Amino acid sequence: MEARDFLALTPLLIVTGTALFVLVLDLFLREERRGWLSGLSLLGVVAAFLANLSLPTFREPLVQGMIRFDALTQFLNAVFLLGCGLAVMLSADYARRQGMARGEYYCLVLLSTLGAMLMGASADLLMLFLGLETLSIPLYVLATFTRRNPASQEAGLKYFLLGAFSSALFLYGIALLYGATGTTKLDGVLQGLSSAMGTAPGLVLGGLGLLLVGLAFKAAAVPFHTWAPDVYEGAPTSVTAFMAVAAKAGAFAAFLRVLAISTPALAEGWALVVGWLAVLTMALGNVVAVVQLNLKRLLAYSSIAHAGYLLIAVAVGQTGALSEPASAGLLFYLLVYTLMTLGAFGVVIVAEGRGENLSLEDMKGLAWRYPWVGLAMALFMVSLAGLPPTAGFFAKFYVFRAAVEAGSWGVLLAIVGVIASVISVFYYLRVVYYLYLRPAPAPVAAAATEGEGEEEPGRPVYLSRLAAWGLGIAAVSVLFLGVYPTAALRWLVEIAAAAMSALP
Amino acid sequence: MSVPVVNYLVLSAVLFAVGTLGVLSRRNALILFMSIELMLNAVNLAFIAFARQWGDMAGQVIVFFVLVVAAAEVVVGLAIIINIFRTRETVDVDDVDRLRG
Repeated sequence: MEARDFLALTPLLIVTGTALFVLVLDLFLREERRGWLSGLSLLGVVAAFLANLSLPTFREPLVQGMIRFDALTQFLNAVFLLGCGLAVMLSADYARRQGMARGEYYCLVLLSTLGAMLMGASADLLMLFLGLETLSIPLYVLATFTRRNPASQEAGLKYFLLGAFSSALFLYGIALLYGATGTTKLDGVLQGLSSAMGTAPGLVLGGLGLLLVGLAFKAAAVPFHTWAPDVYEGAPTSVTAFMAVAAKAGAFAAFLRVLAISTPALAEGWALVVGWLAVLTMALGNVVAVVQLNLKRLLAYSSIAHAGYLLIAVAVGQTGALSEPASAGLLFYLLVYTLMTLGAFGVVIVAEGRGENLSLEDMKGLAWRYPWVGLAMALFMVSLAGLPPTAGFFAKFYVFRAAVEAGSWGVLLAIVGVIASVISVFYYLRVVYYLYLRPAPAPVAAAATEGEGEEEPGRPVYLSRLAAWGLGIAAVSVLFLGVYPTAALRWLVEIAAAAMSALP
Repeated sequence: MSVPVVNYLVLSAVLFAVGTLGVLSRRNALILFMSIELMLNAVNLAFIAFARQWGDMAGQVIVFFVLVVAAAEVVVGLAIIINIFRTRETVDVDDVDRLRG
């Protein structure tokens, strides 16, 4: 180990250290001091975030070729840590209400984030697998965290069985690529792939195919999405919010790293296969979301649909190596997706009292009782639908533009994407409709005329200060990136270019 | 009298296929779980065979990592299954159907 290896590992070490410290500290805290745990976790995340952005980047792989700390890693780390920080802020009060604000909860969230960071940084297929497992195993536990709740138990079991199954497929893919090229280093695989295509095409195609299936499972892409709605619905909402962001962002970070290894010879087939995945994912996610009345399920299908848009960028980002516009679009989309999904789930979290499953009806008139929360939810919905002036619009715009530039198959994908987005406007705006247009539950006078003595007062919203800050940060960022996206995008194009030039 | 590497690879592929079929066809959570373990061990065999073929130690080292990961999965998985068994007295995945995908 050299000094610069430790430098590159600093953000990871801070996250690990915080996770372990929180776990141990929990033993020495009295019940009423448990609030410290969330604060401490947040402190660790912020420290890792700052360390990550202030460290120098290196072009070549570090730690004996296992990880990279380049501009791409830096950006992905920032996205993961942002997601983790917001998730902790939004879930602190919810976890207390649910009686799950124990040290383990924060420890697992942090360790899962660590896994995502390892995936984004990996320069070796083994590291990618270890990152994937470090991301997933804490998520299995988190999904079943309210362990007396049958829905949560079921979510944990389903997520675990399908997750472990997909990990095994992913690992077999790595084994086949190792067999074809004799190495698991991504650079080495890239170099060995062209000649391996001549000698053992079966190993190469099988290996890449299994890698694709494994990642598609994690990203909840159709037809590997079946676990997602059940798990999202059954898991505690704060966990769902984190899972929707961390698992997806981790999977797409891995896509970006794996993308870079397939050769031009495979580009066309790759674009075709991933393109079809994208089409199926967008179609099914959006169409099924239309009929969902349960808020968490609706957001689950929405997150499936968004995996479809992200897959467009993956499909067209493959013309020999990383293509800059597609990769930059993918990165921008990941950032925006993290913010708006966490925001939307955040509103569900604060509107949920004690683990009941909210339906659209429960949102009725919320905006009249809690104008700011309602406004934030409306903003996230508009952004998820991809309408200006929010960040969601530009995220889709950049991905579709990159697709159009990539040729006729890309144009076709972009057209499907636009149609899917139009469908999605319906169900997202229906949420806004429930928030605003339905009158608040009738006031006493009106209720009396209808002959119902006691109309239930509207559902309360549990808005702690930390959660309010989290929602505020997400909302302001979504708005800012929507009004002024160019600066972020210029930075991202530079990152994509740098990541491309670092390849052999 | 050495066995050619390809035999190990075929065995590994067969084991992996048996594991996959088990996951897709069996309904007992424990058997599903065992099938997944079988898949992981099939992969380990493939890694070792390929390492032998390339004369490269890395493949054998990877097996250790996979073993550790599999152990971690066992710990979490069995805990989840036992937790379900305590409340429902069954580990048949068809009975675990409160949530409908």
